[in-house]
Amino acid sequence: MSGASITAEPPVRGAPPASAGGRWRRYAVAAAFLGPAALFLIVWIIYPAIYTIVQSLYRGTGFSEFAGIDNYKTLFTSDNLVRAIKNNAIWVAVVPAAVTALGLIFAVLTERVRWSVAFKTVVFMPMAVSAFAAGVTWRIMYQQEPDRGAINAAIASVKGVFSPEGVLSQAAPSSENLKPTPGGGIELTTPIGPGDVARLGLTRIRSTEVPTTAKQAVEPEPRPGGITGVVWRDFKPGGGTPGKVEPEELGLPGVTVELQDASGKVIGSAKTAENGTFAFEDVSQGQFQVDIGASTFAKPFGGVSWLSAQLITPAVIIAYIWIWAGFAMVVIAAGLAAIPRDVLEAARTDGATEWQVFRRVTVPLLAPVLSVVFITLLINVLKVFDIVIAVAPQSVQDDANVIALAMWRTSFGGVSDFGLGSAIAVFLFILVIPILLLNISRFRREA
Amino acid sequence: MTAAAAEVPSRPVVEESVASKILRVLGKAPVHFVLVLVGLLWLVPTLGLFLTSLFSATDVNSLGWWEIFSKPSLATFQNYQEIWHNQSIRSAFWTTVWISLGGTFLPIVIAALAGYAFAWLDFPGRDWLFVLVIALLVVPLQMALIPMFRLYSDLGIFDTVLSLVLFHTAFGLPFAIFLLRNFFIGIPKELLEAARIDGASEIRIFLRLILPLGLPAIASLAIFQFLWTWNDLLVALSLARDTQPLTVAIFSQLRQFGNNLELIAPASFVSLIVPLTVFFAFQRYFVQGLLAGSVK
Repeated sequence: MSGASITAEPPVRGAPPASAGGRWRRYAVAAAFLGPAALFLIVWIIYPAIYTIVQSLYRGTGFSEFAGIDNYKTLFTSDNLVRAIKNNAIWVAVVPAAVTALGLIFAVLTERVRWSVAFKTVVFMPMAVSAFAAGVTWRIMYQQEPDRGAINAAIASVKGVFSPEGVLSQAAPSSENLKPTPGGGIELTTPIGPGDVARLGLTRIRSTEVPTTAKQAVEPEPRPGGITGVVWRDFKPGGGTPGKVEPEELGLPGVTVELQDASGKVIGSAKTAENGTFAFEDVSQGQFQVDIGASTFAKPFGGVSWLSAQLITPAVIIAYIWIWAGFAMVVIAAGLAAIPRDVLEAARTDGATEWQVFRRVTVPLLAPVLSVVFITLLINVLKVFDIVIAVAPQSVQDDANVIALAMWRTSFGGVSDFGLGSAIAVFLFILVIPILLLNISRFRREA
Repeated sequence: MTAAAAEVPSRPVVEESVASKILRVLGKAPVHFVLVLVGLLWLVPTLGLFLTSLFSATDVNSLGWWEIFSKPSLATFQNYQEIWHNQSIRSAFWTTVWISLGGTFLPIVIAALAGYAFAWLDFPGRDWLFVLVIALLVVPLQMALIPMFRLYSDLGIFDTVLSLVLFHTAFGLPFAIFLLRNFFIGIPKELLEAARIDGASEIRIFLRLILPLGLPAIASLAIFQFLWTWNDLLVALSLARDTQPLTVAIFSQLRQFGNNLELIAPASFVSLIVPLTVFFAFQRYFVQGLLAGSVK
């Protein structure tokens, strides 16, 4: 309703000719109506804008030390500020296009279901919330430990299916008899032959990691023509002797032990019993290696560090897209609803496929709406601040820096370099001037 | 869409047989699936924040919020009681309320007056002045932070609710004037002329005719301003020290993130639930205003 009124005709000018006195009276009335607004716009926007431009030519705080364009030089040479500009360029390149595309997809898809209102409400919700609170929300999602951060928990559960955590992820050899293999497993230091016993003692196993079925470890009997052995937790209160099976030390059941021949080829494998023992029968003469494979010691997934220097900008951008997709969707859906149905039907009757209708009819007709969404996002992305400061921890704010954040940090966040801060603000203003001109020309076209 | 298809004579009614109906519904299954998935994706973060806020101070640092589904007994409203008794959070809440109410009411009154002048009063330079307002629409508020920091200090109103309200008023005005002028201009001319011929003063026309008729636009605007001021961080962070709204209060806690989630999570949820309630209550006006402000 109000959308339509924007393009309405402006009122007809030149009301009935009035006397000079009447005219001045009318101007006085207009001035009274406009006065408060004029006061605010002049004192809070126009005067400060001029002040900021002048301040940007001075060093530090105040107007004592003229700097010329030094502040602007700093803006384009200081590592920190250049990074902010580069990051903001990434934002501009990625976000408006991604959000507009996502909004278009959502808008088109919701047209096909009956519960579109519910869907739109859910996706639009983040728009009502402060970017700051949304940022805090995402920071909770991004926590690194997979048992706390939801995103890493999701990744961990997918990963767990393909490369599960080993049963003894923390274990290490207990004595010099064992050494780690290059692949991440553990093997005997010296190869053995038939009739020998392999003692695979492990330490650094938390008591919670020992399977509940574990029983007292047993020193295996040597067997002619076979290799026997034991895998056990070579530790008891007080320490014990490393490499020796002693009372109170538990066998480790369910560990897969491999037998390799001299060339390193796996020729057999066995699982340990409840007392930790295992056996390979019918072993021919020769030298063999007994080892526990790497999968037993596979470390658990430690979580992607979303809030690290490398990933922080993509992480913040994802949160930002989550906020704005609803805006794009609602505006585009309104534009979609305004497309006459018969145009689409006509194209379909002419034999166009759904994709062709979308590509050749819907999108061109939506172009004005899409450009409005794109430009709105462009302005907001240039000024992005709250969400960056909310998601990025203090330690990586240099890496996540954007222009508006740099402006605040330079002026108010600890240092008070008002000259440089003003230069950053002016730079931001210059960036939005093309959009300002676009708005004006659009208005003049319509008026 | 189906209604339109039924009217096309070349398509016999029998085409919509049971089989084709099943096919049609099945054909839409991927769409439903994708939308449900996306919907969940959009709900999860907010849900996660809420559930996190229900953990006790010890659990919040060791458990993920989804554990509450398997152990509902872990949920407690203890944190909410505590932030309510936390002096700084409570005063931040009321500061936010006052900033938002002032920052909503004041710009609407001033913009309505100006919008009426731009729409229906005749004075020289009217179009140029309106173009200026449109130009001010995109001026980043960063351009005003430093000078206003100085001016507020000189005037002795630095760090007050009033100073923040005035700042929000000024930067809310260009959009508000733009929106209201465009709405007022759609009011039928005959109504105004009749009132003028009857000898009604402009202020009377404004109060009795324009404001009531402009109510839908004013409502949209009120919601926007309210959300904008409620959600602000940058202005309060720059132009106030002890006058902290919720966002700033949470921000100052954020430096030790991880050690005080039992405070950050519930406070964030409080700062989020108020605008969400406003959004759900006045969704219609919100979307209307959004479309009026952007679709041109």
